This record gives sequence, structure tokens and C-alpha cells, in this order.
Amino acid sequence: MDVRTNVPNLYGEHLQKFGDLWKTQVESLRARWGSKIERVDFPGEALTDVPVVWVLRSEIVEVLRFLKSDPGFEYNFLADITATDEMPERPRFVVVYQLFSHTRFNRIRLKVKVEDGESVPTAVDVWPGANWAEREIWDMFGIKFDGHPDLRRILMDERWEGHPLRKDYPLRGYQIFPTPQVPNEDLLK
Amino acid sequence: MENKTFSVDQIPKDLLRQGIPGSYDVTVEHDPDDLWEESRMIVNIGPTHPAMHGALRLVAKLNGEVIEKSYAEFGYTHRAKEKLGENRTYHQFIVYTDRLNYCSALTNNMTYAMAVERLMGVELPMRAQWIRMMCCEISRVIDHLICVGISAVDLGAFTFFLYGFHQREEAYTLIEKLCGARLTTSYCRIGGLMHDAPEGWEKEAKAWAKKTLKVIEEMDQLLTSNKIWCKRTVGVGVFNKEQCLEFSYSGPNARAAGIDVDLRRDQPSMFYRDVQFDVPIAQNGDCYDRYLVRMEEIRQSLNIVIQCAEKIKKGPIWSEDKRTRIPDKEVVYNTMEGMIHHFKFFMEGFRVPAGEAYTTFEASNGELGFFISSKGGSRSHRMRIRGPSVWHYQGLVPMVEGKLLGDMVAALGSINVIAGELDR
Repeated sequence: MDVRTNVPNLYGEHLQKFGDLWKTQVESLRARWGSKIERVDFPGEALTDVPVVWVLRSEIVEVLRFLKSDPGFEYNFLADITATDEMPERPRFVVVYQLFSHTRFNRIRLKVKVEDGESVPTAVDVWPGANWAEREIWDMFGIKFDGHPDLRRILMDERWEGHPLRKDYPLRGYQIFPTPQVPNEDLLK
Repeated sequence: MENKTFSVDQIPKDLLRQGIPGSYDVTVEHDPDDLWEESRMIVNIGPTHPAMHGALRLVAKLNGEVIEKSYAEFGYTHRAKEKLGENRTYHQFIVYTDRLNYCSALTNNMTYAMAVERLMGVELPMRAQWIRMMCCEISRVIDHLICVGISAVDLGAFTFFLYGFHQREEAYTLIEKLCGARLTTSYCRIGGLMHDAPEGWEKEAKAWAKKTLKVIEEMDQLLTSNKIWCKRTVGVGVFNKEQCLEFSYSGPNARAAGIDVDLRRDQPSMFYRDVQFDVPIAQNGDCYDRYLVRMEEIRQSLNIVIQCAEKIKKGPIWSEDKRTRIPDKEVVYNTMEGMIHHFKFFMEGFRVPAGEAYTTFEASNGELGFFISSKGGSRSHRMRIRGPSVWHYQGLVPMVEGKLLGDMVAALGSINVIAGELDR
């Protein structure tokens, strides 16, 4: 009895299913946006499971809006927004958008390079649910979002100093506050 | 005795604000009919409050019993799991995934193991996948039983909860037979499982599933058409399809609003292609629909457990990949090479090749995702955990705005926010 599964190498699983679709999508993205797309990492060629589209920082909201509504793409579900800290490299941070399509059930990943101190346009206008994810990135990495309605810390206390998920933040960087955070009455107006 | 005269002018203008706990200053447009507009009550619900599930906090400005404006806070049980993921080896991180959604710890274990296996290209033997699938479905049943049970307790129906809790205890006994732990299981290993299921475990699981199906029928009769339950839940906490998409709702909460997505069916992993199950969809997106969807999902999950128990066969539970295989204790204690292998495995950890992948699975609450970015080595470069509860809890504030305070409790119970997954 063969005890191995017939599931192919998991990196290639999605590629077999969506490879052609992704190719046409990447081509039409390049045709539509031109030099505003820096580069595309395609699975099979780069070490990734879905295509990674590197977009210029100023154009990210327009590209997200286009991907959400254009009939060829329809990535209508914002799965996640997060960031990574590539510390010795310049620019230092990468903001990562994970999109999912509810019509074709495929995924795509968008990435934006950000230097320390720079800010990214907010995606709240496209997906209101991006609010807390962007607040978390501000809290954890210190990346600001332009036009965000309520950019406060979300997981850490408002008095916290530093941004814990940066690579230069110590693992045990405890900060202890004697009093709890008081209710913020400005938020109730 | 001095006769004091009293006039209305002596009453300070801001008397209502003085010394009244919770009263505060607010600048709103003057409404001559609204005598109390300057003294709205602020209610601070949580972080430790019996109606809040876990350490959640909702600060609400009330007008009578209606929530005029509110904001939600969390992070009181933040344990920096993403930071720990960058500082622990891939093997060590398994125990941290238990504490994400502690109601269905097994699903988190499996999804995390899947994510790392995907990066390494490890293929699992069939039996391990079938056991994993059964574990996922059993923990889905546990999670849904807790959710519907606790939300019923919040609204005053205690008996219903006890029916479900009995079956939940029996499910935990099943899990205990697998790995010795009940709540925080850590059953999964990268490229395999901690132990094989004991002899006859599949039959016990099948018997449990069949019994639970009957109990679900009883629970259904008890609550589904109950007048009080319907009055408390129908049309309460409505979140329609558009709002669900805006706030990235997934899982049963999205399906209750008519979003026909189930990652088990649409993005199949393990052997979900080989079993029969339906994906329940409701249309209204209120608390009652979420309850109905969860009840039907329990039935479907139990059917999957029964089908798995029939299809599972004997075989190895470890992948043949040598990189992730934990050496057997016999080899470790009796040979030098085994000892070295064991030491290297636990002290250094295995190396994961460079690459990145976002691996998702339909956890009981919705899309659970692990975005692991590796630059080679035994520790990840970035370990992002996408917990569905974060996105669900974000929708609570728009969901309850302008609604009664009591309905907030019903809405919070029905979206099943788990603080461990929320705070990470």
C-alpha cells in the first residue's frame, strides 16, 4: 500500500490550479499600471506560494481599489495586512497585503517598501476593516498611515515606548505601568 | 434660628455633572427637548466583566439604554506571540499555537504544522492526515458547542449549555486519549503527530459523533423555536453581506450573512475532497442566523468525523522526511547517533529553506492564517498570525451602534470572539 498522499509539493499546488489565471492577471496589471509596479515575484520562479506584486508606495490604494472591483481580478476579501522588518536593508520595512477572491478562490499578495519614518496611504477607504490592521502595524512597527481616521496603539498601552516587533526591540523589553489606561472620552464624541 | 431663603439661581448650572459617577462633558448640538444631553452615562464594560468573553473592553456612551457611541479595546492578554515566533524554533512554537484559540487548540496546531510543512515541502502519510482531519472536526464541534452554549447562557438559557457541555467533556476525553492533554493539546508535530491514535480510537470517535448527533437534535428542540430565544436573537446584531465583506468577516459569521465561502470546500487541504459535507448558508446575518449556521455546522462536522472513522486505515504517522522526524526514544537511549540527533533536533531545531507562504485553514471561527517568512535557519523571519476574531471584534462597534445595551451582549456572544486569538 502506498502510504504517501497524492498531494503534490504544496508550493506547486496553487500554481497548477491558478497558474494561467495569474499569468493573465499579472500581464494586465503590468499593462494597466506600467512602471508603478516595481516587479512581480511569480511562484515557481521566486520562493513564494502566490504572486507577489511590488507596488510603488504612492499608488497602493489605487491598485487595491482596482484589484477589488475590476472584473478580471475581483479580489474582494482583504485577508490580512501586516508588515515585515528587513532591518539591514534599505528601505527598512515592507507592508504586506494578502488578498483573496471569493469568486475564483485564489490569492495574491501585494507588497510596498517603506523607509523608517515614511508613511503609507491608508486602505480604510477601500476596506473599512483595514482600520485595526493598520493600527496594529503602527503599534508594532511604527509605520504611519496617511489619512487613517484613528491611528492609535491597539495591542500595547497608549503610554508604551518603542515598537515591539522591530528587530532592534529586545525580546524582554518589558514596560510596567502602575495605573490602567483611562477611558478616552474624545473617542465618544 | 436663621431663616434661609432658597432661590433657583443658587443651583449651580453644572449640578448634573458634579459628583455623578460616569457623567462627563460633551459638546453636542443643542436639542431643547433633550434635557439630559449634557449628562450622558459612560459605561465601561470589561475588561473583567461576566458578559464579555475574555478580557475585552467596550466603553459605551449610553442614552437611556441605547448605545449612542462606543469604542472597543483589547490587548489585555497580549503575549507577543509574533515576537516569540521570531525567537523560538519552529518546533518550540507549537505550544504557543495552542493558546491562540483555546477552544479549538487542535485546529491551530494543525494549521501551524501545515504552514511549516508547506514551506519545507514535507508530505504527510495518509493516516496522519486523516487523524488531523478528525481532530479539526472534533475541535470545531467543541468550539461551536461552546459558542452557542455560552451565548445562550448570556441570554439566560442555562440548560441548553449543559447539554452541550456534557458532549464537550466527552470530546475532551477523546482528545485526552490521543495526547494526554485536554485543553492545550500540542498534539501536532511538523511532519507528523505526537503519537498514533490508540487502538479503537476511531470507533470511539464514531460512537461519540453518533451520540452527539442525537444530543444536537435535543438541543435543537430545546432552543431553536423557543419564543424567548427568538425574541432575543432574531434581528439582533445584524451584519449584512456588504458589511461582512468590508470588515473581512469569515467563517460561520460570514456564512450567516450569505457569503458562500468555506475554505474546506473551496481551498481543500487534507482529505476534504474525499468526504461529503454541506456548507450551511443563511441570509440575514443576525444572531439567530449565526446560531443556526453553527448548529448545522456541528451536524456536518459530526458527519465528517463518522466518514473519516470509516475511511481511516492503519499506517505510519510520520513523514519519511528525515529533517523533521523526531528520533524514537529507543534509538535515543541506545545509540550515540540517536542521542546526537535528538540533541540537535531540540537544541538547534531543523532548518526551513528560505521562502514565504500564507497558509490558511477554515478554523471554527473563520479563516485562520499563518504568514511565515523564512530566510533559512531554524527560526522564522516573520511569523504573522491572522486570527479571525480580530476582524470579527472590529465589526462589533458598528454592529451595536444605536442598539440596546442588552443586545450588545447577544451580538458579542454570537460572533464568538476568543480573547486568546484576538490578543495573540
